[in-house]
Amino acid sequence: MAGAGGGGGVGGGPAPMGGSDLQWCFSQVKGAIDEDVAEADIISTVEFNYSGDLLATGDKGGRVVIFQKEQENKSRPHSRGEYNVYSTFQSHEPEFDYLKSLEIEEKINKIRWLPQQNAAHFLLSTNDKTIKLWKISERDKRAEGYNLKDEDGRLRDPFRITALRVPILKPMDLMVEASPRRIFANAHTYHINSISVNSDHETYLSADDLRVNLWHLEITDRSFNIVDIKPVNMEELTEVITAAEFHPHQCNVFVYSSSKGTIRLCDMRSSALCDRHSKFFEEPEDPSSRSFFSEIISSISDVKFSHSGRYMMTRDYLSVKVWDLNMETRPVETYQVHEYLRSKLCSLYENDCIFDKFECCWNGSDGALMTGSYNNFFRMFDRSTRRDVTLEASRESSKPRAILKPRKVCTGGKRRKDEISVDSLDFNKKILHTAWHPLQNIIAVAATNNLYIFQDKVN
Amino acid sequence: MSAEIPEAASAEEQKEMEDKVTSPEKAEEAKLKARYPHLGQKPGGSDFLRKRLQKGQKYFDSGDYNMAKAKMKNKQLPTAAAPDKTEVTGDHIPTPQDLPQRKPSLVASKLAG
Repeated sequence: MAGAGGGGGVGGGPAPMGGSDLQWCFSQVKGAIDEDVAEADIISTVEFNYSGDLLATGDKGGRVVIFQKEQENKSRPHSRGEYNVYSTFQSHEPEFDYLKSLEIEEKINKIRWLPQQNAAHFLLSTNDKTIKLWKISERDKRAEGYNLKDEDGRLRDPFRITALRVPILKPMDLMVEASPRRIFANAHTYHINSISVNSDHETYLSADDLRVNLWHLEITDRSFNIVDIKPVNMEELTEVITAAEFHPHQCNVFVYSSSKGTIRLCDMRSSALCDRHSKFFEEPEDPSSRSFFSEIISSISDVKFSHSGRYMMTRDYLSVKVWDLNMETRPVETYQVHEYLRSKLCSLYENDCIFDKFECCWNGSDGALMTGSYNNFFRMFDRSTRRDVTLEASRESSKPRAILKPRKVCTGGKRRKDEISVDSLDFNKKILHTAWHPLQNIIAVAATNNLYIFQDKVN
Repeated sequence: MSAEIPEAASAEEQKEMEDKVTSPEKAEEAKLKARYPHLGQKPGGSDFLRKRLQKGQKYFDSGDYNMAKAKMKNKQLPTAAAPDKTEVTGDHIPTPQDLPQRKPSLVASKLAG
């Protein structure tokens, strides 16, 4: 494999690959500082759009906040790449299904942007049961001089109108409006964990614990079931679907991962119901090392195709793995995220942390990977140099353009001055959601109720 | 269910002792089994998964609710707030008012502040 890019990169933008060659600087932090975090404020998803100009977040309270990148401004060179609030709206609300005695949380599980086709922006947001297509549009002009209405909107008496005039468009303060254009409901018995827009820009998939459905963006009253792993007898249930994603270029291909650490690649051309996979990815396990925890920590919490479409990355509890789609027998690369937790699995099982679902992401050129950990640490891996770095999202290192200092966790006896011991890690400070700008070295890291934005050092 | 080696077998105990030295994961497993001796042999099995699939289950029974409504037609409705928010069962007839009210967030997100 040649070149520093580590695989076909995204064109345009001089983004050097490699998370560890770069120095990362603090850019912005969003959210409240107070110690008491309201459950509703916990960020549950972060996603850049295709150009990277928009950054969307969803939270447990069902709200979506969209930030927009400021245009580069010569008079304020240091405001390069600042993200400011563009729009915010309530996407989902709590519901109660009386028939099934089920409380339906309003928490936004995933947001996925649609590629931009006109002046408006579209995104899909989903909670456990319902997916919504939102249109975000700008209005910066207002018509004045209507014939049948007053300026304040009251209807004029038609008999009093003696002359006709043409309304004129006047500029107004920019207003960004979000409106729900489609509501895709009632297609999932279990909890939706993933949505993925197809490269055909017409369809998308939604996956819950046992099923994957295919939708057309224009049609809300019908959805096709393309994967169903529900056993006839629920007593025989051994694994669930944990994530699913469409291939970035091949509109007939998608993958789904399982709680048993396997990934299945399916081709929709082969049959309408893709219960039989086309490819099955699983790393062989050493049977002698099997323990009570083996299956739990092998459960894949996220799967992401590379931008090139040649590789995919999976995240399990302790590691990140890169798979070559042409090789099903084992991953081509494995990166340890926090191996020191292997000797803490008992407590992590007791406090449920072992079930935390971390996500992972690629940089624009597919040369680097990023994922979160505990204590507000997040990790970056450079695929070609194999170097890795641990950084922290904290208010302490939040001075403008302050360079982030690499952090280190000490596992052995002797702890150096700057190191932190495993037992001092705060397991309530989890970074589950991170996002990398598709073209530039800008990253967004969600730390509970705060959103941190970091950028590479400007030389 | 596959046949399991009885816990008391000394061969297994010895293997566990050996593994403790070589594998931190096995040491953690031994710790867990010591604390919870009744923990199932198949952790990834159907009990665990079914619990995951049933997330969000509340015990509201529409039959109970309608019976309660009929009984209380001539009396005042009971005040809200069940003693235990998570389980409304037993002597108390559950009504929708007893379930913790999930109101949508009226406050805007602090990220937008």
